[in-house]
Amino acid sequence: MAKKTYIQAITDALDIVLEDDPKTLIFGEDVGKNGGVFRTTQGLQEKYGENRVFDTPLAESGILGLATGLGLTGWRPIPEIQFMGFSLEAVDQIIGQEARMRFRFDGLKTAPVTIRTPYGGGTHTAEMHADNLENIFASTPGLRVVMPSNPYDAKGLLISSVENNDPVLFMENLKLYRSMKDDIPDGKYTVPLDKANVAREGNDITIVAYGAEVNEALKVADDLAKKNISVEVIDLRTVSPIDTDTIFKSIEKTHKVVIVQEAQKIAGVGAQVASAIAEDAVLSLDAPIGRVAAPNSVYPFALGEDIWIPRAKEIEEKVNEILNY
Amino acid sequence: MANKPIVDFEALKNNLSNVSKPIQVLNEKAEITDQEVFDSFSDDDLVEFMKKMVWERALHEQTMNFSRQGRMGFYAPTEGEEASEMGTVLAMKKNDYLLPAYRDVPQLIQHGATVTQAYLWSRGHVAGNKFEARSMMPQIIIGAAYDEAAGVAMGLKKNGEDAIAFTYTGDGGTSQGDSYEGMNFAGAFKVPALFIVQNNGFAISTPRAKQTSAPTLAQKAVAAGIPSIQVDGMDILACYAVAKAAREYITAGNGPVMIETLTYRFGAHSSAGDDPKRYRTKAEEQPWFDKDPLIRLRKVLEDKGLWSEEQEDKLVDEYKASFKEAIKEADAVPEDKVSDMLKRTFEIPTPEMKKEIAKFEAKESK
Repeated sequence: MAKKTYIQAITDALDIVLEDDPKTLIFGEDVGKNGGVFRTTQGLQEKYGENRVFDTPLAESGILGLATGLGLTGWRPIPEIQFMGFSLEAVDQIIGQEARMRFRFDGLKTAPVTIRTPYGGGTHTAEMHADNLENIFASTPGLRVVMPSNPYDAKGLLISSVENNDPVLFMENLKLYRSMKDDIPDGKYTVPLDKANVAREGNDITIVAYGAEVNEALKVADDLAKKNISVEVIDLRTVSPIDTDTIFKSIEKTHKVVIVQEAQKIAGVGAQVASAIAEDAVLSLDAPIGRVAAPNSVYPFALGEDIWIPRAKEIEEKVNEILNY
Repeated sequence: MANKPIVDFEALKNNLSNVSKPIQVLNEKAEITDQEVFDSFSDDDLVEFMKKMVWERALHEQTMNFSRQGRMGFYAPTEGEEASEMGTVLAMKKNDYLLPAYRDVPQLIQHGATVTQAYLWSRGHVAGNKFEARSMMPQIIIGAAYDEAAGVAMGLKKNGEDAIAFTYTGDGGTSQGDSYEGMNFAGAFKVPALFIVQNNGFAISTPRAKQTSAPTLAQKAVAAGIPSIQVDGMDILACYAVAKAAREYITAGNGPVMIETLTYRFGAHSSAGDDPKRYRTKAEEQPWFDKDPLIRLRKVLEDKGLWSEEQEDKLVDEYKASFKEAIKEADAVPEDKVSDMLKRTFEIPTPEMKKEIAKFEAKESK
């Protein structure tokens, strides 16, 4: 057990899957000698050799095509897309190829690929580095989208993702990379896919969140606890598929829900959660569904992030509004 | 100051057209243009080449018939491309991995899929993809196979296998960025991949000349640092000899190769209503019809007393009878089920999907 950052937790997980399964491969831009631009693959090439951990030419479609082909020949690729905005270059390989592979061949051929990629606002990066693009990929059958909110989950979910025989888009939050530390057990442990986590139990209202916003929701819960308001926080962990059972169970108890996402409000994960509640659990509610999301503008340039991204303040305002309905 | 420019760009551009002549063994008049290569083939080899082309032509004719009867789904006609398709695929070994495009179904059958499976693929039934052969299903995104071929080739190399990746695209496919990325990755990693461009002159209706100002498509490999060559795609002997030589070069550990076959699609892009009369004239087509790959080899074989019209007719009848059997088998395959579509989306169904599966299974059992 040691205190580790989100980055270190990910390095830990990668080290374990490289050790455990000789078929795993890590590749992408600058992941070798440089250890990745965020050092998530630090030391891994040195330890496992260039045959297992290697740099590629700078082309995302090529990187993921490599992953598809390696998957077809018995390997378990863990490609890195350096920043999620660059994944748009590789949309065909993700959505058009890997996500369809099992379906195409009825399981005879598969794409056991885990695509790691950093995303998320608040660190003032250049354009196309921070966009929350989960909404595009979460609507893809055959693909899981995993978005850990803390270092502990990051390690356990990454190991589960790699061990899964279907493609997983594993989104790592840039803001959390170095800003959070957890006690991380040494060695292997897993956190299950497809399962939400009740990050904090409460009785008065449910906040459903994922990624960095889970930590914002927990701040709100702390704050409101001082006013004797008991907030339950659900961390989706996997945003596609969404674990609706855990959400429904919670709102049966609290009768109120606020859904939080860092991404723009348009056609996304939060909308999917709201629609699932409206379709199958609306009678549990005694107030309208509250939503907190980013404005529907294009993702802002670096200096616009702080006024654009919804954080604890906006969440608390919405929670109070729903509580006082 | 002299008017001489620092760089003569026009000369540089003109230099791009200095390319070697396409490799040929047998020309359209059935004259042997490379005796040494020709002599490397036995009489049996020559007959085998002819049989494969007759098979592919018969497959095309019968499939078009089925198509007119409404018994096929998507079908990309192959008439005219027999030398290019059969010549290259015959250089493949069983352990090699095929990444075909949609017009490369005959190669997929040669590599181990059944005709029944090919028909089911055309119709759009998953059973069409359940071949054991080392192959992707025919690729619809024409550049994607090139990216994936680099990965397959890397996988084969890491496995320590004596096998290579064979992949196909067309003249249009070379315009997609992915075709460059795939070749560039394969070159950078020096992996065993053979990239084949079947240049049949048209990407649906858009002529080759509108795809690029590059004098040849083979040159597209130059920027990736991999050797490439043009081949007479209507000459099966040349196509086979070059593909075989490429495979030998690749398996010796030298990295990838690209081959551009110069061929022609005699018919439409697909059986779904494309009419070549809208974009090309009879006068443009005729010289290519004269280059029909079957004509030249047939003449050589007849001159050697190895082939006759009766023999060919008999073969065509046999092949077509087998295709009729194959489509009967395809007809007998049960309709797909929505519950099964859901089940094959993930190995471990998601909780939501389990409910959906149960819902459809209840419906389907009624």
